[in-house]
Amino acid sequence: MLSLLLNGTENMPGLTQIGKACIELSGNGVLLRYSVASLFRVTVGFYIAALLAIPLGLFLGRRRIINRWVNPFIQFLRPISPLAWIPFAMIWFGIGDRPALFIIFVASFFPILLSAISAAAMIPPMYFQVAANLQFKVWESIRYVIIPATAPSILLGLRVALGVAWMVVVAAEMIAVKSGLGYLIVDGRNALRIDYVIVAVMTIGVIGLLLDHTMTRMERLESVRWRFEQS
Amino acid sequence: MNSPKICLDQVWVEHTNGKTNGHFNLFPWWKRNGCGNGKSHSTPKVVLHDINLEINAGEFVCILGHSGCGKSTLLRVIAGFQPPTAGKVWIDGQRVNGPRPKHVFVFQQGGLFPWLTIAENIALSLRSIRDPGERYNKAQEYLSMVALEGVENDYPHMLSGGMRQRAEIARALAAEPDILLMDEPFSGLDYLTRLHLREEMVNLHVMFPDMTILFVTHDIDEALQLANRLIVLSEPPAKVKCCRPIQVEHPRVLTCSELGKMRSQIYHHLGVHTAL
Repeated sequence: MLSLLLNGTENMPGLTQIGKACIELSGNGVLLRYSVASLFRVTVGFYIAALLAIPLGLFLGRRRIINRWVNPFIQFLRPISPLAWIPFAMIWFGIGDRPALFIIFVASFFPILLSAISAAAMIPPMYFQVAANLQFKVWESIRYVIIPATAPSILLGLRVALGVAWMVVVAAEMIAVKSGLGYLIVDGRNALRIDYVIVAVMTIGVIGLLLDHTMTRMERLESVRWRFEQS
Repeated sequence: MNSPKICLDQVWVEHTNGKTNGHFNLFPWWKRNGCGNGKSHSTPKVVLHDINLEINAGEFVCILGHSGCGKSTLLRVIAGFQPPTAGKVWIDGQRVNGPRPKHVFVFQQGGLFPWLTIAENIALSLRSIRDPGERYNKAQEYLSMVALEGVENDYPHMLSGGMRQRAEIARALAAEPDILLMDEPFSGLDYLTRLHLREEMVNLHVMFPDMTILFVTHDIDEALQLANRLIVLSEPPAKVKCCRPIQVEHPRVLTCSELGKMRSQIYHHLGVHTAL
């Protein structure tokens, strides 16, 4: 049993081989380079999604009538798997980083958008009355009411979206790129190096865990703590 | 005092299916007069029925009535948060057409922004002061006026309900209001805290004698203790059922015969016959 675990079978590599692959990939810098490449793609795609989805979501959340018109389109696009966009991504963006970024963007856009919409729609009207009483200008309402009131919910949306984005990076890197952990998996499969695949999968898991941990830490920031500490 | 400070002229308010203004507007005061943007066919419910009132500068008016009788609506109409369906509201001879910085509304609870510290909340009323240090000192000054010190840098959720309410009053005072509109400001608090805050209100009225205070409550003792004038509203649709001055000097002893007599009259007006 133990030897099976260590040496594996014909199809599955054992722990020793995985360990060797791990040392090999870390030693020649491939693992680090690919991790950085994947993280870079996720970061860029995720940031673009956040930069577009948060303002749009806040706007739609405060404009119920427009939201009522736009919402069917959102709900139409949302259930389409990010993977279904791969053909379009390749047609529109060719090869290289851009189609992968697009897939990550699509995957993380909707969770952020929906959390921003619902957060903005649920701001208690009382805060706007206070704002009106204090004669807030438009930018002051955005700065002192809308953004801080929605920050905690949007942060949760970002956390979900980052998880999804990291999940999709493998699929995104299966198209037309020559680096990244997703590429490592595809490449390992093509070369029948299941040990590489396993190392890549485990790296993805560990980085995902760290990313989520970072997002959870952000919930302790001063500016959003009021929400999580209210009774 | 030739002309009244606040004048309500045949004010009617009708609600259609409970939709209130400003729920989903990005900036509710842009569309202040478009109360219900969704067209509903249900029959409107009359909340305020032909209210005529004149309130002089420096008066402390308590508005009493059953819960849900439209006391708060009346206050919101005066504050300009809600336009009356018919009739006019005048303040200083000008039509009320929206909230004004000098007519400050104090909410029942939770009116402080929970994402700002107490000092930052108060500083919002002091935005005309450019220097942040000076603004902070001024905020502290107002906090000490309501006997609240040492909590400047705390967030609202770290404070007790009574302290939050004091802070909210401080924020209102920092705007240097000439009208203070208080919507059951002490109803969420425990009895002892309420008594303390009543004292504080009496002090504040002495400190700012020109400030007109409209105070909505359902606590008759609170009204008797504080008001120069009592206004009792009837069950909905609300009309002014009784309007009487109270001339007893402060500090008032609630068990004195004059206030006792008044109390039983008000109970009678509110349809309670067993009390006392």
